[in-house]
Amino acid sequence: MQKLLLYILLLSTTLTLHAQIAIKGDKVYTMTGEPILNGVVLIKDGKIEKVGASLKIPSNYTVYQAKIVTPGLVDARSVVGLSGPLNIPIDQDQLEKSSPIQPDLRAIDAYNPDDTLIGYLRVNGVTTIHTGHGVGALVSGQTMVTKTKPGLIDAVTLVPLEMLAMSLGSSVEANFTSPGTKSKEIAMLRTELIKAQAYDKKLSSRDSSKQPSRDLNMEMLVKLLHGEVKALISANTSLDILSAIRLAKEFNLKLVIEGGAEAYRLIDKIKSAGVELIVHATMARPYGEMANMTMENAAILTKAGIPVSIESGYEGYVPKTRVILFEAGVAAANGLPYEEALKAITLNPAHLLGLDKRIGSIEKGKDGDIVLYDGDPFEYTTHVCKVFIDGQLVSDNCQTSDSK
Amino acid sequence: MRFHIMPAIAGFLRKLSSHYPLKKICMKKLAMAGVLMKLLLLLGFPGHAQEKPIAFKGALIYPVTGPAIEKGILIVQKGRILAVGDATISIPSDAETIDATGKVIIPGIVDTHSHIGGPEGGDNSNALNPEVRVLDAVNPASNSFKKALAGGITTANIMPGSGHLMSGQTIYLKMRQSDDIEGMLEVNEKGVYGGMKMANGTNSMRGTNGFPGTRAKSAAMDRELFIKAVEYKKKMDSAILKKDSAKMPERDLRMEAMVEVLEGRRVVHFHTHKMNDILTVLRLKKEFGFRVVLHHVSEAWKVIDAIAAAGVPCSIINIDAPGGKLEAMNFSPKNGALLEKAGVPVAIHTDDPITDSRFLMRSAALSVREGMSRQKALEALTIAGARMLDLGSRIGSLEKGKDADFVLLSGDPFSVYTHVEQTWVEGFKRFDRSIPSDKSFAVGGYKVFAPEENADDDDKNYEWNDGR
Repeated sequence: MQKLLLYILLLSTTLTLHAQIAIKGDKVYTMTGEPILNGVVLIKDGKIEKVGASLKIPSNYTVYQAKIVTPGLVDARSVVGLSGPLNIPIDQDQLEKSSPIQPDLRAIDAYNPDDTLIGYLRVNGVTTIHTGHGVGALVSGQTMVTKTKPGLIDAVTLVPLEMLAMSLGSSVEANFTSPGTKSKEIAMLRTELIKAQAYDKKLSSRDSSKQPSRDLNMEMLVKLLHGEVKALISANTSLDILSAIRLAKEFNLKLVIEGGAEAYRLIDKIKSAGVELIVHATMARPYGEMANMTMENAAILTKAGIPVSIESGYEGYVPKTRVILFEAGVAAANGLPYEEALKAITLNPAHLLGLDKRIGSIEKGKDGDIVLYDGDPFEYTTHVCKVFIDGQLVSDNCQTSDSK
Repeated sequence: MRFHIMPAIAGFLRKLSSHYPLKKICMKKLAMAGVLMKLLLLLGFPGHAQEKPIAFKGALIYPVTGPAIEKGILIVQKGRILAVGDATISIPSDAETIDATGKVIIPGIVDTHSHIGGPEGGDNSNALNPEVRVLDAVNPASNSFKKALAGGITTANIMPGSGHLMSGQTIYLKMRQSDDIEGMLEVNEKGVYGGMKMANGTNSMRGTNGFPGTRAKSAAMDRELFIKAVEYKKKMDSAILKKDSAKMPERDLRMEAMVEVLEGRRVVHFHTHKMNDILTVLRLKKEFGFRVVLHHVSEAWKVIDAIAAAGVPCSIINIDAPGGKLEAMNFSPKNGALLEKAGVPVAIHTDDPITDSRFLMRSAALSVREGMSRQKALEALTIAGARMLDLGSRIGSLEKGKDADFVLLSGDPFSVYTHVEQTWVEGFKRFDRSIPSDKSFAVGGYKVFAPEENADDDDKNYEWNDGR
């Protein structure tokens, strides 16, 4: 019922989309400089119009007030919308197990904007997610970027094809009979990429008789080879991270390491390879390939000058998703400087996704994605009070994190 | 070490007595063990510190059963609390004084539901396993106990998983240093050191041989076992009444444990999520009169009045998002607040590895965010859980004479920025964040948690840990 009301509310707000709003915050974290005390954010037609201290608010603006104001949160890597909360086959679309390498699988063909978990993330301040195919196949498929507001997929999607999701390590071996070893994993990936190089060569042939027939997998891998999409490789152990770096170097891939549980052991390697990093949820479970993780990972990497984004990642059981706001808070409590922790869930992932001109900070011209809190966003007892996406009020509840 | 061994012996004796219902046999064993105990006492184990009192001065102390004390003093000696009070209480002249100004002291945390230490329950042969003991599987050297100490946990109820209707006997453990599990056992007010784990709902509905495939069958199988136990107990009681050992029923490990359940000595810890399953537990309790704690209780918010009317306590879990399994879809973070309002005793647990032992205080804070009072949230971490384990007279609050189990915090118990600085168990400092090897258990790192530390919760076998 509440959901229905929200839809009606949203529908009616779409009609008045061009409403103008002013958000006053005791402290506004813009992410582009010092936080603004007694800050005001003016939003017009869904975009940020102006931001500053004690701005004059025009009379036709609806005013909202909060203790703390931040940009909408950006989850650097999730599978929400593909991996639903029921955990039964009908709502699990993040991993196709018919073959270990399937670059042709598009996230937009699976993403369900109505998923309960998306509503839950939205209520907790997450306004943009990078989601798509999951962990557990050498190449599991494509990823996409979407706003978390309700609506049909075409209306909410920002980037239909963002990266190509790949994995190294035991999760792959658990899902397929082959590869069954780490060496075989890399051999299979190299073989496929070499095939793609040959395909690419044929494509550029002037002789039309030599043109290859269309191959969706090859087309996608060519995009990867050309750097049009980044290789998002899930790797947690030092060994797998180094293998990913070696692979990226051989094929000149734009590499983003996801997970990176042992990244803190490879500071120099990561720096010299110019790898981008999405680190695991701070409260992830230290099991399996994450046994050597530390809650100080993000802090150690940041201090070494490597920018990190914090992800919710993938959860196979309870809880079915993590919330980056909570994960960044625990990182902040474990050595990550406060504003760096906020950046790890706003501007850094926006930059990583190539969307820093639209989202990730409170700046003139950017999307009106704003979160209002009744206290320090990272404190356990603080509530996310209001959430705006593109200037629309999509969540209004200062009592609970519950989305029911 | 004396302090550590004595409860173990006491536990051993009580265990014996529960396995040998005839007083005659029992007394003989008691006498033998008594001699052994005296010998141990005479030997006087070296390494037993804490003869001298230790006084912690200047901290904000939450005794939990009394009002908070600003700039308070906590004095412990010989594993017990000697005194707790404000700055005016006198400190014994021979006491070692520790300045705890700016720190916060709370009682040692009681985790009413955990799977640390590698517990195992029944196997795939049978859904009802009253005779199976977690005791025979848990590894006292497990690093997961250090992880618990890093989270401020000093006592835990270690349970087998929820993949059986009755997966076995649980153990109440103190986080003492010990080479064997006996040295960690905590014998409670009812003379037992554990409860009985039961579960309903989908986890135990495997539909395979020996397991139910439906909810109705689950309840029917539970009832059959209880009815058998009632009969066994009747025979036993009658033989004891007539002082006729020939009339005693033959020893039956399953029935002996069930008798403890029927007598209300061994509390049933019942995993239950959905509203209909919660009501089934209450129905079973009413029929057979056992004592029960409802665990997880994801849909408690739907049946608050029924739970309150039945007078059963709840041990709840807080998770960061609903779902992950069908039964947790309707989890509400408001459960704690709503149960408090209805007057139901509430504890909060980790269900480690579902939530991590290092984040149990966080779980309580999440209930505070959702409207639970700070006082009840503190109780939910300490005395409420202690009472659910029948240990409330010895642990769970800072009071004179109680066990010297306490946690020294860097700040407010419900703040994300607060760290557990020290965890003390019976007067021994068992965790100290200022020591790097201890800190590593709080934050993790290279080779801190060995792969074999993976908890052996039954849940894992079919649902969680899917992938990485």
